[in-house]
Amino acid sequence: MSVTAQSTKSNPFEAERNGLQLRRSIVNKLSIILTGFFAICASLFLIYLIGYIAAKGLQFINANFFTQRPRAPGETGGGWATALQGSAILITLATIIGVPLGMAVGIFLSEVGRGPFASFVRFLVDTLTGIPTIIFGLFAWVLIVVPSHSFSAVSGGVALGIIMIPTVARATEEVLRLVPNDQREASAALGATHSRTIMQVVVPAARSGIVTGVMLALARVAGETAPLLMTAGGTPFFNTNLFHQIDAIPLRIFNFTLSPYQIERDQAFSGALVLIVFVVITSLAVRWATGGFKRRGR
Amino acid sequence: MQELVASEGQSQAEIAIDIQRLDAWYGPSQALFDVNLSILPLSVSAAIGPSGSGKSTFVRCLNRMHEEVFGARVTGSVVIEGVNIYAPTINPIYVRRHIGMVFQQPNPLPSRSIYENVAIGARINGLAKGRALDELVERRLRQAALWDEVKDRLSGAPTQLSGGQQQRLCIARALALEPHIVLMDEPCSALDPIATLQVEDLIRQLKQHYTIVIVTHNLQQAARVADRTAFFLSGHLVEEEATAEFFSHPKQKETEDFITGRFG
Amino acid sequence: MEVPVATERNSIQARSRAWLRASLSQIRVQARRPGDFAFRVLLYLFVGIVLVIVLGIGWVLLSSSWPTIQQFGFKYLTNPAFDPIHNTFGVGPALFGTFFTSAFAILLAVPLSVGTAIFLTEFCPRRLRFPLAFLVDTLAAIPSVAIGLWGFLVFAPWLQQTGEPWLQQHLGFLPFFQGTPYGVGMLAAGLILTAMILPIITAISREVMVVVPVSQREAMLALGATRWEVIRYAVLPYGRVGITGGAILGLGRALGETIAVTLVIGNQATPPSASLFQTGYTLSSVIVNQFGEATPGVFLSAVLEAGLLLLLITLLTNILARLLIARMGRVGGGLTA
Repeated sequence: MSVTAQSTKSNPFEAERNGLQLRRSIVNKLSIILTGFFAICASLFLIYLIGYIAAKGLQFINANFFTQRPRAPGETGGGWATALQGSAILITLATIIGVPLGMAVGIFLSEVGRGPFASFVRFLVDTLTGIPTIIFGLFAWVLIVVPSHSFSAVSGGVALGIIMIPTVARATEEVLRLVPNDQREASAALGATHSRTIMQVVVPAARSGIVTGVMLALARVAGETAPLLMTAGGTPFFNTNLFHQIDAIPLRIFNFTLSPYQIERDQAFSGALVLIVFVVITSLAVRWATGGFKRRGR
Repeated sequence: MQELVASEGQSQAEIAIDIQRLDAWYGPSQALFDVNLSILPLSVSAAIGPSGSGKSTFVRCLNRMHEEVFGARVTGSVVIEGVNIYAPTINPIYVRRHIGMVFQQPNPLPSRSIYENVAIGARINGLAKGRALDELVERRLRQAALWDEVKDRLSGAPTQLSGGQQQRLCIARALALEPHIVLMDEPCSALDPIATLQVEDLIRQLKQHYTIVIVTHNLQQAARVADRTAFFLSGHLVEEEATAEFFSHPKQKETEDFITGRFG
Repeated sequence: MEVPVATERNSIQARSRAWLRASLSQIRVQARRPGDFAFRVLLYLFVGIVLVIVLGIGWVLLSSSWPTIQQFGFKYLTNPAFDPIHNTFGVGPALFGTFFTSAFAILLAVPLSVGTAIFLTEFCPRRLRFPLAFLVDTLAAIPSVAIGLWGFLVFAPWLQQTGEPWLQQHLGFLPFFQGTPYGVGMLAAGLILTAMILPIITAISREVMVVVPVSQREAMLALGATRWEVIRYAVLPYGRVGITGGAILGLGRALGETIAVTLVIGNQATPPSASLFQTGYTLSSVIVNQFGEATPGVFLSAVLEAGLLLLLITLLTNILARLLIARMGRVGGGLTA
């Protein structure tokens, strides 16, 4: 163990030329190449997918697409206006149902709830996120569609609204927790009641975060197909009666995908393109707003 | 600038680590300025100084750990056994393999057993297998004065051990690779006083076989264990001297101020 | 909240009087501030509605499936089809399809995801890191109907023409690659599921690996470890609980995926075999296919029992995943899920 080195090499800091060191070096380089390959494949797949859908879908994106209702295959000039209108109505309904309920849960968990009951609520709401969305469709189907013998916008809105609840609740709770306590204390010191403090001081302070959470939920819900299959039903006609069938973009995409008519199958790509653009842009906006780009430092 | 061979006039046996014109950066900010120092073999050298003085950075430059930080940079030469470890042909992996390091916070791998923690270095470098590996592990644990305390639970988790025991485990792990030089970055900072004394005893025993460089913020510790002491201030090496002389007759005013507690 | 002030000292009487005073003053406060009271009522009402909904989903599914459960019991799990003519209903092939495709997806997705995560956190040059991670994460935002569309109209035909015959030619000795290529089927569904769960497993693995303490990495580095050895001995073991949790979360997602799978799995039962080329269906695709035909009565409740099963399976996997991810905090290593 003395310093007069026992190594017989001139340079003790060189790799020994044996199988083990060679293997270590190869494995190391291989791991970089292999993992890099995986990462590039995953990223390239996304680019390919969006690119393909865009390439096939752009041909039908014109004024008709946004203004005309679908026409029978063979007729020209059809569009997806019914689906756009239907999706808009459904999303609005979902927001009306999902946002107040979700915010209430979020406010409860952050400001009011204590102890085992709050944990129970949080647990239940968290389980909602893991449930496949078709279950919500089934739920609304059994409760509304089956007894009323008809598809309806209302049932679709209910299903989608329930899907929104956990996303809105979690975002609300997180953002409310971030509001510094001195704001609550200052409000209390001014004599405000607990409820006024929450609704007029804390929640407004967290307003942008809550909006972001709602947008995230919207993006998620806009692309949902399974629950709508069983509730909204789809239709090629404009419809503002909430108790009748209503069209929606994901529904139309799904049905057109399975259509025997080539022209409808081609149009499905256009619908998918519009949907992807909406969903991806909304997600991007959310990420940008929350500084998600900065947070992902590594 | 980056020479492979030792500077002239010195034989390998007289200087264990020869540091010349060492500069180090964290990104744009410089942490070490023109450090020149010779570390003698089979001795304990202490690097002391206030927080941020660069003493840790200095020691981490000796086994090329500093450059693992993103944006870090080193220039100058560090010659060990006739080789400048910063020469462009040298792979830092083999530098680190031949120099042991013990860290401020004991950092055994929690997912591996006590035995495996000592053996891991030997395993990946193919030093020993099977029975020979068992013997190696036992030898190093004895050397680290830990064998009797763990010999019945070698397959247990290192998290069961106390802080002092974990640190001795880390020392055994570092010794398993048969280094000539052992670097210690404030090895006792996270330990209670009794464990600290145990580790200091260990250091005194180890210096019979190894060249030890230790960073410490504790002046008394430097006085207790080190043969030579180096004082760093704001990235500069202010003074380096045999410990007794260093503490009784400091030559620089900053050294004296630091020792007497006027700052730091 | 008012704090009771005892003016008399340390007697039970005094303390109970103080407590009474405090409760009365609380009620008085609430009465004085009806806004607070109404607010609380409304809040609890909404929370109550959500609770009712969550529990209601389980209850509705359970009670609506009761007729089938009564009639078939456990046979429901093995009966070969939804056959209203012979009045026998079962999800045997559906269960097989669900587990077969999900198992395939997990086996393929975990190495791909962990590998991608390793590259992104350990090897990737800083400037590439953000764009690559962004692309992988965005994959999760693509609606499943869009992936299903591509899968059915582009991928499945390609599989039938090129992919599957190639596999059969070169690997046909394995039972997985025998049988007639249809394009749609287990392989298509499994591959699409892999693509769909990859982003979430990657994201969780990245989070887990990033929080591995520097001291662990340095411990290996100081022993002369290569970059890969640092990952293998310090990073991955430290994060293995979290990564497993992420994998199970991905599994739950795969089990519940409906639209993309329905479009590419073929929806025709064949006797279950090991072949990846076979068509079949999953629990979720059964629901999609059968709900439209369902007549009230046993048929209807059979569809709902499929939903109940799906709910139970996904709930279990999700709870397991979250337990594991929560355990990470205790074992050594943090993760915000």
